[in-house]
Amino acid sequence: MAYTEEELKKELETQEYAYGFYTDIEADTLPVGLNEDIVRAISKKKEEPEWMTEWRLEAFRAWEEMKEPDWANVHYEKPNFQNISYYSAPKKKPKYESLDEVDPELLDTFNKLGISIDEQKKLAGVAVDIVMDSVSVATTFKKTLAEKGIIFCSISEAIKEHPELVKKYLGTVVPQKDNFYAALNSAVFSDGSFCYIPKGVRCPMELSTYFRINQAGTGQFERTLVIADEGSYVSYLEGCTAPMRDENQLHAAVVELIALDDAEIKYSTVQNWFPGGKDGKGGVFNFVTKRGLCEKNAKISWTQVETGSAVTWKYPSCVLKGDNSIGEFYSIAVTNNYQQADTGTKMIHLGKNTRSTIISKGISAGKSQNSYRGLVQVSSRADNARNFSQCDSLLMGNDCGAHTFPYIEAKNKTAQIEHEATTSKIGEDQIFYCNQRGIDTEKAIALIVNGFSKEVLNKLPMEFAVEAQKLLEISLEGSVG
Amino acid sequence: MSLKDKLATSYMVLENQIAKNDPLSDIRSKAIQQFENQGFPTKKEEAWKYTSLNSVLKPDYNVFAKKEKAIEYKDVKPYFIHDIETYKIVFIDGIYSSHLSETSHEGLDVCLMSAALSKPKYKEVIDTYFNKVAKEDDSLTALNTAFTKEGAYIYIPKSKVVEKPIEIIHFATGVEDALMLQPRNLVVVEENAQVQIIERHQSLTSHPVLTNVVTEMFVGKNAVLDYYKIQNDLESASLIDNTYISQEGNSNASVHTFSFGGKLTRNNLNYYHKGEYIDSTLKGITILNDKQHVDHYTLVDHAAPNCESHQDYKGIFSEKSVGVFNGKILVDRIAQKTNAFQQNNNILLDDTATINTKPQLEIFADDVKCSHGCTIGQLDPEALFYLKSRGIPEKEAKGLLTYAFANNVLESVRIPEVQKRINKLIANKLGINLGLDF
Repeated sequence: MAYTEEELKKELETQEYAYGFYTDIEADTLPVGLNEDIVRAISKKKEEPEWMTEWRLEAFRAWEEMKEPDWANVHYEKPNFQNISYYSAPKKKPKYESLDEVDPELLDTFNKLGISIDEQKKLAGVAVDIVMDSVSVATTFKKTLAEKGIIFCSISEAIKEHPELVKKYLGTVVPQKDNFYAALNSAVFSDGSFCYIPKGVRCPMELSTYFRINQAGTGQFERTLVIADEGSYVSYLEGCTAPMRDENQLHAAVVELIALDDAEIKYSTVQNWFPGGKDGKGGVFNFVTKRGLCEKNAKISWTQVETGSAVTWKYPSCVLKGDNSIGEFYSIAVTNNYQQADTGTKMIHLGKNTRSTIISKGISAGKSQNSYRGLVQVSSRADNARNFSQCDSLLMGNDCGAHTFPYIEAKNKTAQIEHEATTSKIGEDQIFYCNQRGIDTEKAIALIVNGFSKEVLNKLPMEFAVEAQKLLEISLEGSVG
Repeated sequence: MSLKDKLATSYMVLENQIAKNDPLSDIRSKAIQQFENQGFPTKKEEAWKYTSLNSVLKPDYNVFAKKEKAIEYKDVKPYFIHDIETYKIVFIDGIYSSHLSETSHEGLDVCLMSAALSKPKYKEVIDTYFNKVAKEDDSLTALNTAFTKEGAYIYIPKSKVVEKPIEIIHFATGVEDALMLQPRNLVVVEENAQVQIIERHQSLTSHPVLTNVVTEMFVGKNAVLDYYKIQNDLESASLIDNTYISQEGNSNASVHTFSFGGKLTRNNLNYYHKGEYIDSTLKGITILNDKQHVDHYTLVDHAAPNCESHQDYKGIFSEKSVGVFNGKILVDRIAQKTNAFQQNNNILLDDTATINTKPQLEIFADDVKCSHGCTIGQLDPEALFYLKSRGIPEKEAKGLLTYAFANNVLESVRIPEVQKRINKLIANKLGINLGLDF
């Protein structure tokens, strides 16, 4: 099928949230509000050791002193943090031996999402650690991974089983006091994923986690920690769809990546949380802190497809500490209706010969606002640092906005930094060029939009590319023939 | 007593001094209120993220120069463009100097703000234009508004093409230990008229000077405004330049800013479009060393369809100097078919210099072409080698390449004498003999 621009615009505007359903599972929820007792209670429920409880409390005390940031180019009603329940876990929490024991309703949810565990198991090479309402309920392919010495489990399990690793790395890239939402997350995170790849191991499969927000009125506070030891490689996927809900939901996740010498981490995200209704009601608030640390010769690559959430505030970053390390950021952000996105990246060049690439594509439609905000910083010791940034925006319709806020700070004479940004609609000359070569207008538009986002889509692993294209709506893959 | 308190007290003194029938009394009291509420901007504000005024605000400035000091033309001759005839409006320590100036009322008005404010025949122009485009909620602009006393007043009537450029020069002689100057300029270019203006601030001693200048310019339909700012002051002088330009349909306004001197310079350059088919040009060359700090903060507000803007800023930094560029292009919903270009290229000559740049786009219309490019790099070693292999010493070779880097900004300078002057300043600044014919 092919779209004309008009149809595409209409399609985008009328597209209802396809994944809006709500699973009725009995949940174990703490009373609303936040204080030290709640933090202690969460820690206790998770059966955490004393040092972890203290770590959380330290974060909580810092959070209390902090103010919610308002510098981002987004406008929304600030959540009342005392009106949120900070813990919700499915009540029936047995350790499943087989799928038969899993709550059938839960399985049904996954089936609706098209990620049934059955199918996942059969699908070659994908191990899924499904996080539903903050507690990991199913982990597959653990054995295969264990043979290689790879640890892939929920973070609460890791706190219990591998405290030495968690203690060593948790909070080293995103400190508890890093920012308002990171502090909040550090204090109350309920679960998340933990991954450790031992020295020299190449992870044989794409690791993936699906995050879901399920219980009404609960915020989701995920904590992810990925450690790639010297010379190892891992590709990690994170994707999410959330049920339709009327009131705003808060999501404040923290993701920390650590790539030791010669290691490589590829982190891909497809985000499609409920973006709010056509009238701008409801929708998820997505305030995420993601950061990776590169040691010598290491490489971290972030790829993201952002289509959901009412308000997005997200800057996956790379700290290029080691010499010769590489940071990459590939992003497509699509906003529609009343969505607001303020997203981008930070590339901090500290080591010598460090390189970074930023490719950001923004597509705005409806009454949405789409902002790119990025920082490229080169310290005075980072000789021969190299950065290339490109941010392109495509505007569809006259009620939306595209904004670019690139910050570039250089203190080294050998730094080479290039930044380019363009904003346009589909050019008449581009269409003319295609027409001239016998391609009709409809196909030409399909071709151009496809080409616009292809650079980033190509960076997604195969398993994700399919879903990403489905979610993108305007990615017209396959319709050009 | 902090400078802010001092200014508040000085305002009361000023209030008693000025005439009872001061046409600005309402505007003034509102402005001083605004400043008192906001105070001086700090690094906490996004617009001042990379520039701190703290060190500049420290000296105990005199807000009004008490003593007068005459200067001879021969002492300050180098600061004028002397190969061509020009109108001149010259101020010494903020006070008009009639013997150095060359004003006119024949077919146009090139005179003083103080005259324009006091004489009834200018009342209509003052009422129509004064403080109409300046941003009222900007604390430094408000501060200047409150203290409006003197400055240049330029009125070019319909279809008048001014035959020679107008020079506005402010000298600071150092009669005071530390002096704060707040000139206020108003330029009105009516339909089809054309004018060229050169502005310069020059301190003559090492006593600290802080200048907070506001210039409002109104460019009528089909009019052409060509403005050059030469900033090559001593290291004791700091400048905060607030320029606001309002353009009507089919008009053409360009501002070139050449920043080579001064301790701290902040250029707030704002363009507002009021009609279609407008052309705006913002260009600059910044060459800094020795802990200098220059911050270019530009805004082009595309509020009407079919307009164009061209921005090109080049920066060359060394020896602990800091360069800041913050360019903002705003495209309103109705401003379809806008073409906005922004370019910022920088060279760091050593590891102690810093460049912070933030080229910003905010776009609300869909049928537009906006692009910005920004680079930070260094001289091409191969080009350097090529020159050296032909017997050009390294220092000259570097100078030549640096000069070439900045050159395309110079090409759009329409007054040959200004172009020559800038060439000379660049050569001096780079410490080389370009071997070009000046």
